Amino acid sequence: MLALNVQNLSCQRGYNRLFEELSFTANSGDLLRITGINGSGKTSLLKILAGLSDSQKGQIMLGENLVKSPKYQQEVFYLGHLSALSGQLNCLENLEFLTGLNSATASPLLLEALDKIGLKGYQNEYCSKLSAGQKRRVILAGLFASKAKIWLLDEPFTALDRDGISLVEACIKTHCQQGGICIFTTHQASNLPNQKTLAL
Amino acid sequence: MNIYAKTLKRDLQIAIRNPSSVLNPLLFFVISVSLFPLAISPEATTLTQIAAGIIWVACMLAVLLSLNALFHYDFENGVLEQMVISHHNLPLLILAKITAHWLLTGIPIILLSPILGSFLLLDTPAIQILMLTLLLATPSLSLIGSIGASLIVGIKNSGMLLALLILPLYIPILIFASSAVSQAQFGLEITGQLYFLATILVLSLISAPFVSSIALKISLE
Repeated sequence: MLALNVQNLSCQRGYNRLFEELSFTANSGDLLRITGINGSGKTSLLKILAGLSDSQKGQIMLGENLVKSPKYQQEVFYLGHLSALSGQLNCLENLEFLTGLNSATASPLLLEALDKIGLKGYQNEYCSKLSAGQKRRVILAGLFASKAKIWLLDEPFTALDRDGISLVEACIKTHCQQGGICIFTTHQASNLPNQKTLAL
Repeated sequence: MNIYAKTLKRDLQIAIRNPSSVLNPLLFFVISVSLFPLAISPEATTLTQIAAGIIWVACMLAVLLSLNALFHYDFENGVLEQMVISHHNLPLLILAKITAHWLLTGIPIILLSPILGSFLLLDTPAIQILMLTLLLATPSLSLIGSIGASLIVGIKNSGMLLALLILPLYIPILIFASSAVSQAQFGLEITGQLYFLATILVLSLISAPFVSSIALKISLE
Protein backbone atom coordinates (compact mmCIF):
# COMPACT_ATOMS: atom_id res chain seq x y z
CA MET A 1 0.00 0.00 0.00
CA LEU A 2 1.51 3.29 -1.12
CA ALA A 3 0.68 6.72 0.15
CA LEU A 4 2.19 9.82 -1.35
CA ASN A 5 1.64 12.62 1.08
CA VAL A 6 2.17 16.24 0.08
CA GLN A 7 1.85 18.92 2.72
CA ASN A 8 1.86 22.70 2.52
CA LEU A 9 3.88 22.86 -0.66
CA SER A 10 4.77 26.31 -1.99
CA CYS A 11 6.64 27.18 -5.13
CA GLN A 12 7.98 30.41 -6.52
CA ARG A 13 9.54 30.96 -9.96
CA GLY A 14 11.13 34.35 -10.42
CA TYR A 15 8.65 36.90 -9.09
CA ASN A 16 5.69 34.59 -9.62
CA ARG A 17 4.22 32.65 -6.79
CA LEU A 18 2.93 29.54 -8.56
CA PHE A 19 1.12 27.78 -5.75
CA GLU A 20 0.93 28.09 -2.00
CA GLU A 21 0.08 25.72 0.83
CA LEU A 22 -0.75 22.90 -1.55
CA SER A 23 -1.65 19.67 0.23
CA PHE A 24 -2.93 16.40 -1.17
CA THR A 25 -2.58 12.67 -0.71
CA ALA A 26 -2.42 10.02 -3.40
CA ASN A 27 -2.91 6.40 -2.42
CA SER A 28 -2.38 3.15 -4.25
CA GLY A 29 -4.53 3.02 -7.37
CA ASP A 30 -5.05 6.79 -7.56
CA LEU A 31 -5.01 8.58 -10.87
CA LEU A 32 -4.46 12.27 -10.38
CA ARG A 33 -4.72 14.78 -13.18
CA ILE A 34 -3.18 18.19 -12.60
CA THR A 35 -4.98 20.93 -14.46
CA GLY A 36 -4.24 24.58 -14.87
CA ILE A 37 -3.54 27.26 -17.44
CA ASN A 38 -0.11 27.68 -19.07
CA GLY A 39 2.39 28.83 -16.48
CA SER A 40 0.32 27.76 -13.53
CA GLY A 41 3.05 25.48 -12.22
CA LYS A 42 2.06 22.01 -13.42
CA THR A 43 5.55 21.13 -14.60
CA SER A 44 7.12 22.74 -11.54
CA LEU A 45 4.92 20.62 -9.28
CA LEU A 46 5.86 17.41 -11.12
CA LYS A 47 9.55 18.35 -10.99
CA ILE A 48 9.32 18.93 -7.25
CA LEU A 49 7.54 15.59 -6.82
CA ALA A 50 10.24 13.92 -8.94
CA GLY A 51 12.96 15.30 -6.67
CA LEU A 52 14.40 17.42 -9.44
CA SER A 53 13.86 20.82 -7.87
CA ASP A 54 13.29 22.19 -4.42
CA SER A 55 10.12 23.71 -3.14
CA GLN A 56 10.20 26.87 -1.01
CA LYS A 57 8.27 25.18 1.75
CA GLY A 58 6.47 21.96 2.43
CA GLN A 59 7.05 18.27 2.76
CA ILE A 60 6.68 15.34 0.41
CA MET A 61 6.64 11.84 1.85
CA LEU A 62 6.12 8.42 0.37
CA GLY A 63 5.21 6.31 3.36
CA GLU A 64 8.07 7.22 5.67
CA ASN A 65 10.54 8.23 3.00
CA LEU A 66 11.21 11.85 2.17
CA VAL A 67 11.54 13.08 -1.40
CA LYS A 68 15.14 12.80 -2.73
CA SER A 69 15.91 9.86 -0.43
CA PRO A 70 17.04 6.80 -2.43
CA LYS A 71 14.01 4.77 -1.32
CA TYR A 72 11.65 7.47 -2.58
CA GLN A 73 13.51 8.03 -5.84
CA GLN A 74 13.53 4.31 -6.58
CA GLU A 75 9.74 4.30 -6.73
CA VAL A 76 9.43 7.28 -9.06
CA PHE A 77 9.52 7.43 -12.83
CA TYR A 78 9.46 10.96 -14.19
CA LEU A 79 8.62 11.62 -17.81
CA GLY A 80 9.42 15.23 -18.67
CA HIS A 81 9.26 17.35 -21.80
CA LEU A 82 12.63 16.08 -23.00
CA SER A 83 13.05 12.78 -24.76
CA ALA A 84 15.88 11.46 -22.50
CA LEU A 85 17.22 9.54 -25.50
CA SER A 86 20.65 9.83 -27.13
CA GLY A 87 20.56 9.95 -30.89
CA GLN A 88 23.76 7.90 -31.16
CA LEU A 89 22.28 4.92 -29.33
CA ASN A 90 19.63 2.57 -30.62
CA CYS A 91 16.25 2.13 -28.93
CA LEU A 92 17.24 -0.91 -26.89
CA GLU A 93 20.54 0.60 -25.68
CA ASN A 94 18.75 3.80 -24.68
CA LEU A 95 16.09 1.87 -22.80
CA GLU A 96 18.60 -0.39 -21.06
CA PHE A 97 20.43 2.64 -19.73
CA LEU A 98 17.32 4.60 -18.83
CA THR A 99 15.63 1.77 -16.96
CA GLY A 100 19.00 0.88 -15.42
CA LEU A 101 19.01 4.31 -13.77
CA ASN A 102 15.71 3.44 -12.16
CA SER A 103 15.57 -0.31 -11.66
CA ALA A 104 17.48 -2.77 -13.81
CA THR A 105 15.07 -4.28 -16.32
CA ALA A 106 15.93 -7.33 -18.39
CA SER A 107 16.24 -6.87 -22.16
CA PRO A 108 13.42 -9.34 -23.02
CA LEU A 109 11.04 -7.22 -20.96
CA LEU A 110 12.19 -4.11 -22.80
CA LEU A 111 11.66 -5.79 -26.17
CA GLU A 112 8.22 -6.81 -25.02
CA ALA A 113 7.47 -3.21 -24.00
CA LEU A 114 8.69 -1.93 -27.38
CA ASP A 115 6.46 -4.49 -29.03
CA LYS A 116 3.49 -3.39 -26.94
CA ILE A 117 3.96 0.30 -27.75
CA GLY A 118 4.02 -0.43 -31.48
CA LEU A 119 7.75 -0.29 -32.21
CA LYS A 120 8.32 -3.95 -32.95
CA GLY A 121 11.52 -4.42 -34.94
CA TYR A 122 12.80 -0.94 -34.08
CA GLN A 123 15.14 -2.05 -31.26
CA ASN A 124 18.27 -1.62 -33.40
CA GLU A 125 17.21 1.70 -34.92
CA TYR A 126 19.21 4.77 -33.85
CA CYS A 127 17.03 7.21 -31.98
CA SER A 128 18.21 10.14 -34.14
CA LYS A 129 16.36 8.44 -37.02
CA LEU A 130 13.02 8.30 -35.20
CA SER A 131 10.13 10.75 -35.46
CA ALA A 132 8.99 12.80 -32.45
CA GLY A 133 6.08 10.45 -31.83
CA GLN A 134 8.28 7.39 -32.08
CA LYS A 135 10.77 8.87 -29.63
CA ARG A 136 7.90 9.47 -27.23
CA ARG A 137 6.87 5.85 -27.66
CA VAL A 138 10.39 4.63 -26.87
CA ILE A 139 10.50 6.41 -23.54
CA LEU A 140 6.95 5.29 -22.78
CA ALA A 141 8.13 1.72 -23.39
CA GLY A 142 10.77 2.37 -20.73
CA LEU A 143 8.06 3.62 -18.38
CA PHE A 144 5.91 0.51 -18.92
CA ALA A 145 8.89 -1.82 -18.37
CA SER A 146 10.12 -0.07 -15.22
CA LYS A 147 9.24 -1.29 -11.75
CA ALA A 148 8.53 2.21 -10.44
CA LYS A 149 5.23 2.54 -8.60
CA ILE A 150 4.72 6.27 -8.99
CA TRP A 151 4.44 7.62 -12.50
CA LEU A 152 4.87 11.36 -12.93
CA LEU A 153 3.94 12.12 -16.50
CA ASP A 154 4.28 15.62 -17.92
CA GLU A 155 2.13 15.80 -21.06
CA PRO A 156 2.50 12.09 -21.89
CA PHE A 157 0.27 12.34 -24.96
CA THR A 158 2.31 14.96 -26.82
CA ALA A 159 3.24 13.94 -30.37
CA LEU A 160 1.32 10.66 -30.12
CA ASP A 161 -1.30 9.59 -32.64
CA ARG A 162 -4.80 8.47 -31.62
CA ASP A 163 -3.79 4.81 -31.28
CA GLY A 164 -0.80 5.80 -29.21
CA ILE A 165 -2.94 7.85 -26.85
CA SER A 166 -5.39 5.01 -26.24
CA LEU A 167 -2.45 2.64 -25.71
CA VAL A 168 -0.95 4.91 -23.07
CA GLU A 169 -4.35 5.39 -21.44
CA ALA A 170 -4.81 1.64 -21.25
CA CYS A 171 -1.38 1.24 -19.65
CA ILE A 172 -2.07 3.97 -17.11
CA LYS A 173 -5.34 2.24 -16.24
CA THR A 174 -3.65 -1.13 -15.66
CA HIS A 175 -0.88 0.52 -13.67
CA CYS A 176 -3.43 2.07 -11.31
CA GLN A 177 -5.44 -1.14 -11.08
CA GLN A 178 -2.25 -2.93 -10.03
CA GLY A 179 -1.86 -0.53 -7.13
CA GLY A 180 0.39 2.10 -8.67
CA ILE A 181 -0.04 5.86 -8.54
CA CYS A 182 -0.13 8.03 -11.63
CA ILE A 183 0.04 11.81 -11.57
CA PHE A 184 -0.14 13.46 -14.95
CA THR A 185 -0.80 16.68 -16.78
CA THR A 186 -2.39 17.08 -20.15
CA HIS A 187 -4.21 19.71 -22.13
CA GLN A 188 -5.98 17.07 -24.18
CA ALA A 189 -9.31 15.50 -23.31
CA SER A 190 -8.66 12.19 -21.66
CA ASN A 191 -11.06 9.29 -21.33
CA LEU A 192 -9.48 7.85 -18.23
CA PRO A 193 -12.05 6.70 -15.67
CA ASN A 194 -11.89 7.46 -11.94
CA GLN A 195 -9.47 10.32 -12.34
CA LYS A 196 -9.18 12.90 -9.62
CA THR A 197 -8.35 16.43 -10.57
CA LEU A 198 -6.05 18.88 -8.88
CA ALA A 199 -6.49 22.41 -10.14
CA LEU A 200 -3.57 24.81 -9.77
CA MET B 1 26.80 -4.99 -15.22
CA ASN B 2 26.02 -2.28 -12.68
CA ILE B 3 24.79 1.16 -13.60
CA TYR B 4 28.19 2.84 -13.14
CA ALA B 5 29.86 0.49 -15.62
CA LYS B 6 26.86 0.97 -17.91
CA THR B 7 27.29 4.75 -17.78
CA LEU B 8 30.96 4.40 -18.70
CA LYS B 9 30.15 2.01 -21.54
CA ARG B 10 27.38 4.27 -22.80
CA ASP B 11 29.63 7.34 -22.95
CA LEU B 12 32.33 5.40 -24.80
CA GLN B 13 29.75 4.02 -27.22
CA ILE B 14 28.35 7.47 -27.99
CA ALA B 15 31.87 8.85 -28.51
CA ILE B 16 32.84 6.04 -30.88
CA ARG B 17 29.72 6.62 -32.93
CA ASN B 18 30.32 10.36 -33.00
CA PRO B 19 34.12 10.46 -33.45
CA SER B 20 34.42 14.14 -34.38
CA SER B 21 33.74 15.20 -30.79
CA VAL B 22 36.73 13.12 -29.63
CA LEU B 23 39.04 13.80 -32.56
CA ASN B 24 38.66 17.61 -32.63
CA PRO B 25 40.54 18.26 -29.35
CA LEU B 26 43.23 15.72 -30.27
CA LEU B 27 43.75 17.31 -33.67
CA PHE B 28 43.96 20.69 -31.99
CA PHE B 29 46.63 19.26 -29.66
CA VAL B 30 48.75 17.86 -32.49
CA ILE B 31 48.38 20.88 -34.78
CA SER B 32 49.11 23.51 -32.15
CA VAL B 33 52.25 21.70 -30.93
CA SER B 34 53.56 21.11 -34.43
CA LEU B 35 53.26 24.81 -35.34
CA PHE B 36 55.80 25.94 -32.74
CA PRO B 37 58.98 24.64 -34.45
CA LEU B 38 57.86 26.43 -37.61
CA ALA B 39 57.17 29.70 -35.85
CA ILE B 40 60.03 29.90 -33.32
CA SER B 41 63.08 27.99 -34.42
CA PRO B 42 63.83 24.45 -35.50
CA GLU B 43 67.09 24.51 -33.53
CA ALA B 44 67.54 21.81 -30.90
CA THR B 45 68.75 24.14 -28.13
CA THR B 46 65.66 26.36 -28.30
CA LEU B 47 63.14 23.60 -28.86
CA THR B 48 64.21 21.25 -26.07
CA GLN B 49 64.01 24.15 -23.62
CA ILE B 50 60.39 25.00 -24.41
CA ALA B 51 59.10 21.57 -25.48
CA ALA B 52 57.58 20.51 -22.16
CA GLY B 53 55.82 23.84 -21.71
CA ILE B 54 54.40 23.78 -25.21
CA ILE B 55 53.08 20.24 -24.91
CA TRP B 56 51.57 20.92 -21.52
CA VAL B 57 49.85 24.15 -22.54
CA ALA B 58 48.49 22.51 -25.69
CA CYS B 59 47.30 19.54 -23.64
CA MET B 60 45.42 21.79 -21.24
CA LEU B 61 43.75 23.76 -23.99
CA ALA B 62 42.80 20.53 -25.77
CA VAL B 63 41.19 19.18 -22.59
CA LEU B 64 39.41 22.49 -22.10
CA LEU B 65 38.07 22.23 -25.65
CA SER B 66 36.69 18.77 -24.97
CA LEU B 67 35.02 19.65 -21.66
CA ASN B 68 32.06 21.44 -23.20
CA ALA B 69 30.70 18.14 -24.46
CA LEU B 70 31.01 16.36 -21.11
CA PHE B 71 27.49 17.19 -19.91
CA HIS B 72 26.11 19.31 -22.74
CA TYR B 73 24.40 16.63 -24.86
CA ASP B 74 22.99 14.76 -21.89
CA PHE B 75 21.61 18.03 -20.57
CA GLU B 76 19.95 18.86 -23.88
CA ASN B 77 18.28 15.49 -24.33
CA GLY B 78 17.19 15.13 -20.71
CA VAL B 79 19.35 12.16 -19.70
CA LEU B 80 21.03 14.30 -17.07
CA GLU B 81 17.64 14.95 -15.47
CA GLN B 82 17.06 11.22 -15.23
CA MET B 83 20.52 10.73 -13.72
CA VAL B 84 19.89 13.36 -11.06
CA ILE B 85 16.56 11.85 -9.96
CA SER B 86 17.87 8.31 -10.04
CA HIS B 87 18.26 6.60 -6.66
CA HIS B 88 21.81 5.66 -7.59
CA ASN B 89 24.78 7.62 -6.29
CA LEU B 90 25.09 10.73 -8.46
CA PRO B 91 28.78 11.46 -7.70
CA LEU B 92 29.65 7.92 -8.78
CA LEU B 93 27.61 8.28 -11.97
CA ILE B 94 29.52 11.49 -12.66
CA LEU B 95 32.81 9.76 -11.87
CA ALA B 96 31.93 7.18 -14.52
CA LYS B 97 31.37 9.98 -17.04
CA ILE B 98 34.67 11.62 -16.04
CA THR B 99 36.46 8.29 -16.46
CA ALA B 100 35.03 7.99 -19.96
CA HIS B 101 36.20 11.54 -20.68
CA TRP B 102 39.73 10.70 -19.49
CA LEU B 103 39.84 7.51 -21.55
CA LEU B 104 38.81 9.50 -24.61
CA THR B 105 41.06 12.55 -24.18
CA GLY B 106 43.72 11.88 -21.51
CA ILE B 107 44.86 8.49 -22.80
CA PRO B 108 45.15 9.55 -26.46
CA ILE B 109 47.11 12.65 -25.37
CA ILE B 110 49.51 10.46 -23.35
CA LEU B 111 49.92 8.13 -26.34
CA LEU B 112 50.52 11.03 -28.73
CA SER B 113 53.02 12.80 -26.46
CA PRO B 114 56.14 10.69 -27.37
CA ILE B 115 55.60 11.48 -31.05
CA LEU B 116 55.18 15.18 -30.36
CA GLY B 117 58.06 15.09 -27.87
CA SER B 118 60.46 13.71 -30.45
CA PHE B 119 59.04 16.25 -32.88
CA LEU B 120 60.33 18.93 -30.47
CA LEU B 121 63.64 17.04 -30.14
CA LEU B 122 63.19 15.88 -26.56
CA ASP B 123 65.46 12.96 -25.64
CA THR B 124 64.04 9.63 -24.45
CA PRO B 125 64.41 10.15 -20.66
CA ALA B 126 62.69 13.54 -20.89
CA ILE B 127 59.87 12.01 -22.95
CA GLN B 128 59.43 9.32 -20.31
CA ILE B 129 59.11 11.96 -17.59
CA LEU B 130 56.71 13.93 -19.79
CA MET B 131 54.52 10.84 -20.18
CA LEU B 132 54.68 10.19 -16.44
CA THR B 133 53.52 13.74 -15.63
CA LEU B 134 50.73 13.41 -18.19
CA LEU B 135 49.66 10.09 -16.71
CA LEU B 136 49.57 11.61 -13.22
CA ALA B 137 47.90 14.87 -14.15
CA THR B 138 45.48 14.31 -17.05
CA PRO B 139 42.99 12.55 -14.72
CA SER B 140 43.09 15.71 -12.55
CA LEU B 141 42.39 17.81 -15.64
CA SER B 142 39.26 15.75 -16.37
CA LEU B 143 38.15 15.77 -12.73
CA ILE B 144 38.64 19.49 -12.12
CA GLY B 145 37.21 20.20 -15.56
CA SER B 146 34.00 18.39 -14.67
CA ILE B 147 33.34 20.99 -11.96
CA GLY B 148 33.48 23.78 -14.54
CA ALA B 149 31.48 21.79 -17.08
CA SER B 150 28.71 21.14 -14.57
CA LEU B 151 28.56 24.80 -13.54
CA ILE B 152 28.10 26.04 -17.10
CA VAL B 153 25.68 23.36 -18.23
CA GLY B 154 22.69 25.00 -19.88
CA ILE B 155 24.41 28.32 -20.51
CA LYS B 156 24.75 29.26 -24.16
CA ASN B 157 28.15 30.18 -25.67
CA SER B 158 29.91 29.42 -22.42
CA GLY B 159 33.32 28.39 -23.81
CA MET B 160 35.10 31.48 -22.52
CA LEU B 161 33.39 31.28 -19.15
CA LEU B 162 34.58 27.69 -18.80
CA ALA B 163 38.16 28.77 -19.54
CA LEU B 164 37.93 31.55 -16.95
CA LEU B 165 36.59 29.16 -14.33
CA ILE B 166 38.91 26.26 -14.96
CA LEU B 167 42.28 27.59 -16.12
CA PRO B 168 43.21 29.14 -12.75
CA LEU B 169 42.67 25.73 -11.16
CA TYR B 170 44.85 24.14 -13.82
CA ILE B 171 47.80 26.49 -13.20
CA PRO B 172 49.41 24.49 -10.33
CA ILE B 173 49.32 21.35 -12.47
CA LEU B 174 50.93 23.24 -15.35
CA ILE B 175 53.69 24.62 -13.14
CA PHE B 176 54.62 21.35 -11.43
CA ALA B 177 54.32 19.20 -14.55
CA SER B 178 56.38 21.35 -16.88
CA SER B 179 59.00 22.09 -14.22
CA ALA B 180 59.32 18.32 -13.59
CA VAL B 181 60.20 17.75 -17.24
CA SER B 182 62.64 20.66 -17.54
CA GLN B 183 64.40 19.77 -14.26
CA ALA B 184 64.70 16.16 -15.40
CA GLN B 185 66.44 17.44 -18.54
CA PHE B 186 69.13 18.95 -16.30
CA GLY B 187 69.38 15.72 -14.31
CA LEU B 188 67.79 17.22 -11.18
CA GLU B 189 65.58 15.51 -8.64
CA ILE B 190 61.85 15.67 -9.53
CA THR B 191 60.12 13.61 -6.84
CA GLY B 192 58.77 16.78 -5.21
CA GLN B 193 56.88 17.78 -8.33
CA LEU B 194 55.54 14.28 -8.82
CA TYR B 195 54.30 14.17 -5.23
CA PHE B 196 52.50 17.46 -5.77
CA LEU B 197 50.85 16.16 -8.96
CA ALA B 198 49.81 12.99 -7.11
CA THR B 199 48.37 15.06 -4.25
CA ILE B 200 46.35 17.15 -6.69
CA LEU B 201 45.07 13.93 -8.28
CA VAL B 202 43.94 12.46 -4.98
CA LEU B 203 42.35 15.72 -3.84
CA SER B 204 40.44 16.18 -7.07
CA LEU B 205 39.42 12.51 -7.15
CA ILE B 206 37.76 12.73 -3.76
CA SER B 207 36.21 16.17 -4.17
CA ALA B 208 35.39 16.83 -7.84
CA PRO B 209 32.57 14.25 -8.26
CA PHE B 210 30.76 15.64 -5.21
CA VAL B 211 31.19 19.28 -6.20
CA SER B 212 30.07 18.49 -9.76
CA SER B 213 26.98 16.68 -8.56
CA ILE B 214 25.95 19.66 -6.42
CA ALA B 215 26.62 22.05 -9.31
CA LEU B 216 24.59 19.88 -11.69
CA LYS B 217 21.63 19.81 -9.32
CA ILE B 218 21.73 23.61 -9.13
CA SER B 219 22.02 23.94 -12.92
CA LEU B 220 19.02 21.67 -13.45
CA GLU B 221 16.72 23.52 -11.03
